[in-house]
Amino acid sequence: MDDKGVKFVIGIYEDEDVLLDAISSVRAKGVNIYEVYSPFPVHGIESRLGYKRSRLSIAAFCFGFLGTCLALTMMIGMTTIDWPMIIGGKDFLPLPVFIPVTFEMTVLLSAFGMVGTFFVISDLKPWGKPKTFDLRSTDDKHVMAIEIEKNNMSEAALKKLLKSNGASEANSKLMDE
Amino acid sequence: MHVESKLRKPLITGGKTLHDVSEDISKRVEQKPSLTWYAAMIISNITLIVGAYAVYRTLWDGIGMWGLNKTVMWAWDITNFVWWVGIGHAGTLISAILLLFRQRWRMAINRSAEAMTIFAVICAAMFPLLHMGRLWIGLIWVLPLPNTYGSLWVNFASPLLWDVFAITTYFSVSLVFWYIGLIPDFATIRDRAKKAGRKVSAYIYGGLSFGWDGAAKTWSRYETVSLVLAGLATPLVLSVHTIVSMDFATSVIPGWHTTIFPPYFVAGAIFSGFAMVLTLLIITRKVYNLEDYITIKHLELMNIVIIVTGSIVGIAYLTELFMAWYSGVAYEQYAFYNRVTGPYWWAYWSMMTCNVISPQLFWFKKIRTNIVATFIISIIVNIGMWFERFVIIVTSLHRDYLPSSWAMFYPTIYDLGMYIFTFGLFFTAFLAFSKYFPVINMAEVKSILKHTGEKVKK
Repeated sequence: MDDKGVKFVIGIYEDEDVLLDAISSVRAKGVNIYEVYSPFPVHGIESRLGYKRSRLSIAAFCFGFLGTCLALTMMIGMTTIDWPMIIGGKDFLPLPVFIPVTFEMTVLLSAFGMVGTFFVISDLKPWGKPKTFDLRSTDDKHVMAIEIEKNNMSEAALKKLLKSNGASEANSKLMDE
Repeated sequence: MHVESKLRKPLITGGKTLHDVSEDISKRVEQKPSLTWYAAMIISNITLIVGAYAVYRTLWDGIGMWGLNKTVMWAWDITNFVWWVGIGHAGTLISAILLLFRQRWRMAINRSAEAMTIFAVICAAMFPLLHMGRLWIGLIWVLPLPNTYGSLWVNFASPLLWDVFAITTYFSVSLVFWYIGLIPDFATIRDRAKKAGRKVSAYIYGGLSFGWDGAAKTWSRYETVSLVLAGLATPLVLSVHTIVSMDFATSVIPGWHTTIFPPYFVAGAIFSGFAMVLTLLIITRKVYNLEDYITIKHLELMNIVIIVTGSIVGIAYLTELFMAWYSGVAYEQYAFYNRVTGPYWWAYWSMMTCNVISPQLFWFKKIRTNIVATFIISIIVNIGMWFERFVIIVTSLHRDYLPSSWAMFYPTIYDLGMYIFTFGLFFTAFLAFSKYFPVINMAEVKSILKHTGEKVKK
C-alpha cells in the first residue's frame, strides 16, 4: 500500500439498471463495495448495497415533539402564568387559541432539526471536501468504488469483475484519507 | 424496475441524454448573461429604486402617506400582502404535495416555482414589516421576547400573531426545502468548473454544494429528508393561507366573518400561485430555450390546476352571496349588495371576470395548450386575484354600521410606490436566481430521464 493514500478500483456505469444488477452480482462474489456515487437518486440502491432504512424520520418526530412542548410551555408560561389576561372572554388557558402557533413551532423545529441532523451525519458543510473518485459522477456516470486493501482479490481481478458486470470503464484511483 | 405506460406523453423531449441535461442547465450559469437579461435586470433595478422612495417616505413620515382613513384603515397594503403570500403558495405546493402524489411533472418546474415562493413571501413580508414604521422596535413587538413593559407578552389569541409564526415558518421551511434540492446541482456545477479549470466558480459552488459527492448513503438519506419535508410542508402550505384568512374571518365585520374563508383562501392562493408560475415559466423557457424540459404538457397540467382552483374560487364567491341572503342579517346582506352594485362595482366585476370566467376557457384543449393564450390568462388571473383581495378588504370596510362615517379609499402615489417596490424586489431576485442558480432541478430530471424521456417512448 502506498503511504500517500488508499488505493481503489472504480467502475464506471452508464445505466442505473445495469448498475443495480452489478451491485448485486459484485456483492454476491463477496466483494466489499466502499460506496457508489450517482448523479441522481437511484431507487432500490440502498437495499442492494445492504444499507438500513434511514432513521431521520425518527429524528424529525423527536424534534417536532420538542417543538410542540416548547410552544406550549412558552404560551402557557406567558399568557397563563406570567401575565394572565382575559382576551375575548376566554379563560387563562385557552388551548384552542394555542393550536396555530403550536403547529407552526412543531413543523419548524421538526424540519430544521431533521435537516440539521442530516447535515451532521452526512458530513455536509460549506467547507466540506467531496470524495470525488471521478468528476463525471455528478454529471452522467455512476461510480462504484472498491477499496483494494479491504478485499482479498487482486486489482486486475477486481477490474475484470467490474467489466464483466457491465462497467464501461474500470480504473484505479489513489485517494487521500 | 420502473415501468411506464406508453400512453403517457414524454416529460422530457428532444432525445436528451444525462449529459445534455447537465449541459443545458449548467451552461446558463456558466455563460455570460444575454442582453435581454441585462435589460430586464436594469428595468427591475429602476423599479426597485423608484419604489424605494415610497418606502423611504413611509418610514420617515409614517403611514399617513398612504390613502388610509378612519373608516378604511386597512386597504392597499394588506391587499398586496395577501396577494403576494397567495402567489407564494404554488412553489411548496408543487414540490411538497405533488411529491407526495408522485407527480413526476413537478420535477422540471419545482426549482423556479420554489424560488418564486421564497421571493414572493419576502415581498409579502415587506408590507407588515414596513407598516410598523420603526422596524427595529416592531420586530420586538411581534416576537415573544422579554421587554421592559412588564414583560408584556404578545397576544397569542390574535390571528395576526399566528400569521407571524405561520409566515416565518413557511418561509424558512420553504427555503430549507429549496436549498436541499439545490445542493446536488451545485455539486454538478462545481465539478464542471473543476473540469474546465474555473477556480473561482469551483470555490464558490464548492462552498454552496456543502461537499456533496452523491454517495448512495447520502442520496438515501436525502430521499428520506425530502419525503419527510414534503409531509411537513403539505399541512404547512394549507395552514399559511388558512391563518391569513383568519385575520379577517375571526373579526365581526360583515363580509369578513365567514366560515368558508380558510378553504376559499387556500384555493385562491393555489390559483394565483399557479398563474404566477405560468407567467414566469413561459418567459423562462423561451429565454433559456428550455422547451424540451418545460413542455406543453407541463403547461397544460398547470392549466388544469388553474381550472380546478378557479372553479373552487368561483363557487366560493357564489356561496358568499347565497349565505349573505340566507343569513337574513341586514348588515351582511348590505355588505354584499354594496360589493356587487356599490361604488366599487367595477372591482367586483373585474374580479368575477378575471377569476371565474377567464379560467373556464381552459376547458378547451386548444386554449390550454396554446402558449400565448396561457400567458395572457395567467396575467388576467393575477390581476383578478389582486381585485379579489381588494374587494374583500375595502368594500367590507368603506360602508360600516354608521352611514355618517362612510368613506371611499383612494390610493396615493406612496401606496402605488410600495407595490412597485415589491415588484422591483421580486424581479431583481428572480433574475439573479435565474442567472446564478440552475433553474431546473438537474438531479431529479435525470432520475426520470430513462423512463419518461423521449427515447424510451419511441
